[in-house]
Amino acid sequence: MNVIEINNLTKYYGKARGIIDVSFNVKEGEIFGFIGPNGAGKSTTIRTLLSLIFPTSGSATIFGKDCIKYGPEIRQDIGYLPSEVFYYDKMKVIDLLKYSASFYKKDCTKRTHELAEIMELDLKRRIDDLSYGNKKKVGIVQGLLHEPKLIMLDEPTSGLDPLMQQKFFDIIEKENKKGATVFFSSHILAEVQALCNRVAIIKEGSIVKLEDIKTLSAVHYKKITVRGDKLDESKFNIEGVSELQKQAHEIKFYYNGDINKMIGAIGAETVQDVLIEEPSLEEIFMHYYK
Amino acid sequence: MNIFTYELKMYRNSIIIWSISIAGLLVLFMGIYPSMAADAALMDMILENYPEAMLKAFGMAGSLSLSSVLGYFTFTFAFVQLCLAMQSSYYGFHFLSVEERELTADFLMSKPVSRRRIIIAKFMAAFVSLLITNLCVWVGSFGSIMLFRDGHAFEPGNLIVLLSTIIIFQLFFLCIGMLVSVLVKKIRSVLAFSMALAFGLYILNALRGIIGGELLGIITPFYHFEASYIIEHGKYNMATASISIGIIIVSIVSSYLLYLKRNIHSL
Repeated sequence: MNVIEINNLTKYYGKARGIIDVSFNVKEGEIFGFIGPNGAGKSTTIRTLLSLIFPTSGSATIFGKDCIKYGPEIRQDIGYLPSEVFYYDKMKVIDLLKYSASFYKKDCTKRTHELAEIMELDLKRRIDDLSYGNKKKVGIVQGLLHEPKLIMLDEPTSGLDPLMQQKFFDIIEKENKKGATVFFSSHILAEVQALCNRVAIIKEGSIVKLEDIKTLSAVHYKKITVRGDKLDESKFNIEGVSELQKQAHEIKFYYNGDINKMIGAIGAETVQDVLIEEPSLEEIFMHYYK
Repeated sequence: MNIFTYELKMYRNSIIIWSISIAGLLVLFMGIYPSMAADAALMDMILENYPEAMLKAFGMAGSLSLSSVLGYFTFTFAFVQLCLAMQSSYYGFHFLSVEERELTADFLMSKPVSRRRIIIAKFMAAFVSLLITNLCVWVGSFGSIMLFRDGHAFEPGNLIVLLSTIIIFQLFFLCIGMLVSVLVKKIRSVLAFSMALAFGLYILNALRGIIGGELLGIITPFYHFEASYIIEHGKYNMATASISIGIIIVSIVSSYLLYLKRNIHSL
């Protein structure tokens, strides 16, 4: 069964492009990744599904019901965490969470406290005294306290420290095991690779590719920078290296292959510093989706 | 109901401050009345020597004497109206736009509520807040007159007619503010908008007083519900009042329809 069905969804902001002819489905019980560079149309798609904005043409259904027409009813079972969180500043955390819970038909008190405890959230503080990371935690708790059947996350990890990110992903995975479907937008490939079953890739408002995560897992581009005085670039001429650039005391390249081989090659050299980074999605796109 | 309760709570301080200020204004002005009335003949003479244009601008050129209780109250009431206009338009410009300005719309609208419920709850909360202020103006008006009328008689019927126009007057500014807030993309400064609307229409009526004629008064409720006319005639001008009511209805209907279809943008 499909939880989300999107059919030829198009949105223009005046003349500016939002999304063009987007179609895909999200199945029940899966964690579906939605990736693309900033400005590609991820948020536009999600905001349309929540009927925060209205499509120029096309339609979408959630739980088999039109997402505009039955919006309020559908949203009983949706938990949403936006990329930027803003709440009523003058409220205390607990009051905001209670206000949030008052919109749902069930009693959410127990789950609220459970989540707050996991996320180490102080319920007595005022919202405007919270740091960005803590506001984000409030966002996570208010998005999940009604145990939604569909969780929509719009770049949820920005502003969370790595430890909290891990806790957050644990919660999401647990919810997923309990049966919740997760729709997860991000511009960080590694994040999506770690969590999702299937992925849709959006670029300049259109879906470029819909893939099983296994296919995408084969792609492990790393961006490697090696610094040293006497580097021999020919030593790095192994399979999987691309766009090698040599400067005075530095060699930069992308690598997609067995990481042990690369470590060996670097180890054979006298280096001062090594930097192995996750390339940005734009950089991956340049190589993978030309 | 939860949105309504929350909103009303947010208005609490504002209602208290406005109500106390307006009631204070009434007491302060009416407090001077006894000494004014004592030298009634002198006061009327002073006023006669003022340039007529100025008297017209303040709506004091009519046959009402400043030495009568309601004549003096009329003069005071113009300021009360100005305050009410500012408060009402502030609420009007504020109550829908705040969610988008402070980016809390995402929170509210991703909850299982319809736009219809949101706009109705928010409108009712603003309206009830204005009703409470209204009530305080009634109490303040009667209270200050009773306290300071100094034995002078007055016609309570006329005063009741005057005070009963407040609610339409408030709605006018509330609804215009609401309409503008859904017509434009974003309202950055609610204060600037509400001052412009309240003072703009006040000045328009003052200008009308100086120039004469009705044309300038068509769109300003300061003219539709001019205190001196109501106190003098014991009723308000139905023709002009219905213009206000018409504008209110059109504003409510169009704001409602526009809000249902409004795109809520993120940061």
